[in-house]
Amino acid sequence: MNMQFSRRQFLKGTGAGVAGTALGAFGFGDAEVALAQAARPFKLEKATETRNTCPYCSVSCGMIMYSRGDVKKGEKAKVFHVEGDVDNPVNRGTLCPKGSGVLDFINSKQRITQPMHRKPGSDKFEPVSWDFAMDRIAKLMKEDRDANFVEKNGDGVTVNRWPTVGFLAGCASSNEPGWLTYKVTRSLGILAVDNQARI
Amino acid sequence: MTNSWTDIKNADVVLIMGGNAAEAHPCGFKWVTEAKHHNNAKLVVVDPRFTRSAAVSDFYCPIRAGTDTAFLLGVINHLLSTDKYHKAYVEQFTNASYLVREGYEFKPEDGLFSGYDAAKRTYDRGTWDYEMGADGFPVRDETLQNPRSVFQQLKKHVSRYTPEMVERITGSPKDKFLKVCDYIASTGNGERSMTIMYALGWTQHSYGSQTIRTAAMIQLLLGNMGMPGGGVNALRGHSNVQGLTDIGILSNSTPGYLVLPTEREVTFDAYMGNRDFRPLQPGQISFWQNYKKFFVSFLKSMYGSAATAENAFGFDYLPKYDGQYDVIRHFELMHQGKINGYVCQGFNPLMSAPNKSKMTAALSKLKFLVTIDPLETETSRFWERKGEANPVDPSKIQTEVFMLPSTCFAEDEGTFTNSSRTLNWRWKAADAPGQARTDIDIMADLFNRLRAAYQKDGGKGAAPVLATAWQYKDPKHPTADELLREINGRALVDLKDATDPTKVLLPAGHQLASFAQMRDDGSTEGACWIYTGSYTQAGNLTARRNNADPSGLGIHPQWGFAWPANRRILYNRASADADGKPWSERKKYMVWDGSKWAGPDVPDYPPALAPDKKAGPYIMNPEGVSRLWVRRTMADGPFPEHYEPFESPVENALHPKTSASPVARVFKGDLEVFGKAKDFPYVATSYRLVEHFHWWTKSVKLNAIVQPEFFVEISPELASEKKITNGQWVKVSSNRGSVKGKAVVTKRIPTLTIDGKKVHTVGLPIHFGFVGETKTAIGVNALTPVVGDANTQTPEYKAFLVDIEPISNPVA
Repeated sequence: MNMQFSRRQFLKGTGAGVAGTALGAFGFGDAEVALAQAARPFKLEKATETRNTCPYCSVSCGMIMYSRGDVKKGEKAKVFHVEGDVDNPVNRGTLCPKGSGVLDFINSKQRITQPMHRKPGSDKFEPVSWDFAMDRIAKLMKEDRDANFVEKNGDGVTVNRWPTVGFLAGCASSNEPGWLTYKVTRSLGILAVDNQARI
Repeated sequence: MTNSWTDIKNADVVLIMGGNAAEAHPCGFKWVTEAKHHNNAKLVVVDPRFTRSAAVSDFYCPIRAGTDTAFLLGVINHLLSTDKYHKAYVEQFTNASYLVREGYEFKPEDGLFSGYDAAKRTYDRGTWDYEMGADGFPVRDETLQNPRSVFQQLKKHVSRYTPEMVERITGSPKDKFLKVCDYIASTGNGERSMTIMYALGWTQHSYGSQTIRTAAMIQLLLGNMGMPGGGVNALRGHSNVQGLTDIGILSNSTPGYLVLPTEREVTFDAYMGNRDFRPLQPGQISFWQNYKKFFVSFLKSMYGSAATAENAFGFDYLPKYDGQYDVIRHFELMHQGKINGYVCQGFNPLMSAPNKSKMTAALSKLKFLVTIDPLETETSRFWERKGEANPVDPSKIQTEVFMLPSTCFAEDEGTFTNSSRTLNWRWKAADAPGQARTDIDIMADLFNRLRAAYQKDGGKGAAPVLATAWQYKDPKHPTADELLREINGRALVDLKDATDPTKVLLPAGHQLASFAQMRDDGSTEGACWIYTGSYTQAGNLTARRNNADPSGLGIHPQWGFAWPANRRILYNRASADADGKPWSERKKYMVWDGSKWAGPDVPDYPPALAPDKKAGPYIMNPEGVSRLWVRRTMADGPFPEHYEPFESPVENALHPKTSASPVARVFKGDLEVFGKAKDFPYVATSYRLVEHFHWWTKSVKLNAIVQPEFFVEISPELASEKKITNGQWVKVSSNRGSVKGKAVVTKRIPTLTIDGKKVHTVGLPIHFGFVGETKTAIGVNALTPVVGDANTQTPEYKAFLVDIEPISNPVA
């Protein structure tokens, strides 16, 4: 890099006189001040920082998500950089080869962006609305539950079970949707409810 | 984990077995490095592969996949026969002195415990009990000399596991096995501690629960439970598998490790009658005596005002089970055409369930399948033809499929519970792509539609649906904050002091501060008692971010919230001796200071109960002590025993008549496709790579670049026998299917001598499939057998039989 600045030109050019003076006060010479001031502004300076947790293994490494836009202020936000959270006492700022790639998970080509439907016998998915999908699923479930729900067993004992439908809950789901999933599935009488503890 | 990630730094010996933390939990493994560098700890790795954990170990011992129980029982034999166990701990804090009743026995030549019913492949566990005295308590012999004492029974049971026998079964050379024993034995004194770190390498066997039990027994014999740097530490495989299990998402669970009723428990009283937690020694705490308080509070969270004392708090609304509903049985039922609908929320069973071709056939019999996931999965596209990776004909598959887009971690908020049992709140950082919705919104939408349909049209089983509590501010969008408050629980009326009714302990509507405030009269609610204390009147404690560690022992008491009661090391009362004094100054943790239990943690004990009251430290057990021998809680025996995997290259060297687990469940059809060693001579084992996570990161570009395709690891010996060169394509087959990939010929996979015979291992990384950025692969579960652990039904993925042959490279 070939930088031939005079101090005056430099301060005028950047409008960062205060910072420059401060650097000077720390005993940096003119050349160092010039170099520091010529560096591009830190990319993450304007980013919103949000504390999150790695979704992969069970170490629960703390992550700092850097986004443009701030969801807390009601703005649209998109993550553009992720780093380990140095304050987290377990990972102390580090991320492994899996966690280091989470930005590409967030932006994966395999992300699904709209409900898809595959008709019986079809060889393709077709996009459908949420309303269509949820309405159809609820209808299929109610039909099956009405046909197969067991209120009482042969001995007349109330058993309230729905044996013909199963539910697998994923372990990257938080405890809160986990509890809601528990509540909904058991309320419907589903016994075959499992998570990834086994597989 | 009984301890925590950060506590590993306090260990003097780290035993990694049945796991590979350096590659599967890299940032947790840093605490092993910390222990090595700052506590002079020794890392010992026992594994069928020379893993990256092994590469930085102080000592590595190879072992045949599937023989860990025999190895660990050999360790116990060594500790007992060389007198290298922690005597005071064993005498005072375990059931070593308890006598087992006449009639209980183990027949070494048959490999069976008393009560076996061969026709039903199950045990009548009636004789698996203590000798009861006239006072109604088990008889004890504090000298441990009585031949019917647990201690003498254990000595006899493990005496068969000599170093020679261990070498014969496991292939671990005797000198290496004994060296591992020396490391382990160096901690049986209260001055030093050992941590054991394991993962699915121990659980995914037909006897996995007993392997882990053997590890717990070793830690009890050494006095390493409740100690800093000690414990039995499960390294969970997913970010919130701990949490979802805690919250009850297992077929026969309710939240907080309570149990869903069976149909034989026809009333709430009958259900509670089967839960006898009366202490088995005078003065014991037997904390499960509070069970009913936790269960009623859970029912109040489920059914709200519809749960009343008159209807036993809605006990009848709960589904009652009539058999096993674990995933393996459920897929069996699906395969039989008895299941019509299935929902996979963040779950990819076409890759992760055993025997892929059976799984494809089963999914094809469904009327409808719903997947809810941020990413496309093989399961959502099981009907799509992808050459030999998914050789199906879509026109013949009549399943209606919905693929619903959900948010990923960056786009929602809530808590994960890590392996250390710590709940950490995480905040939403970004908007979801396109129309993706949170799991909460999707479940709420589904429930609201169904409830509206039952309100409008009625139908079978409408009552439990209509009774379900749904008091969320916006019924369509419950918030994570609301749900965590509900999980924690609150007072429904003013909770008054039992001795002074004018005194209100907690006003109505206030969040519970602890599960000790829960009541069994319907005056409190709280979905998951072990999480109570996480969201109190003081606010959301899971969002705490004070990382201070005043003791320097890696406790961090104000970082998030650890269940139960913010306790960071379980059983920590046992870190002090019977008098409440530390076993050593070096390992001082929780001690009796004359008026209370003091130390850096929340005591796992009544805080002001003096040691002279003689209540044992294992407060969850009616005995007050830990169990080296269990009464009737394990399906496959009061002691662990070595059984071979269902597919094994050798017969059981101890009892060939009972080679594999005599009680593990095997379905017809699955039995017939077990392979024999003459056709499939090599031991296969599956595992994760450092660059990938499960079947997700094949859809993550960075990870797909660094580890782009499936491969097969074999030893140079096997490669030369089969004329396979490094990088050449091979076909690996089991009796259920085959996979293809490049061979990696590596000394990381040792060849072992088992009972005089050379046994080779074939290593199979799991992460590849036919969706994503990595190269298309068939999936390792094309090979795996359908049989699960006798207690938990976890499939046997870590030891099965295959053959291998070189094939010509595919045309590029």
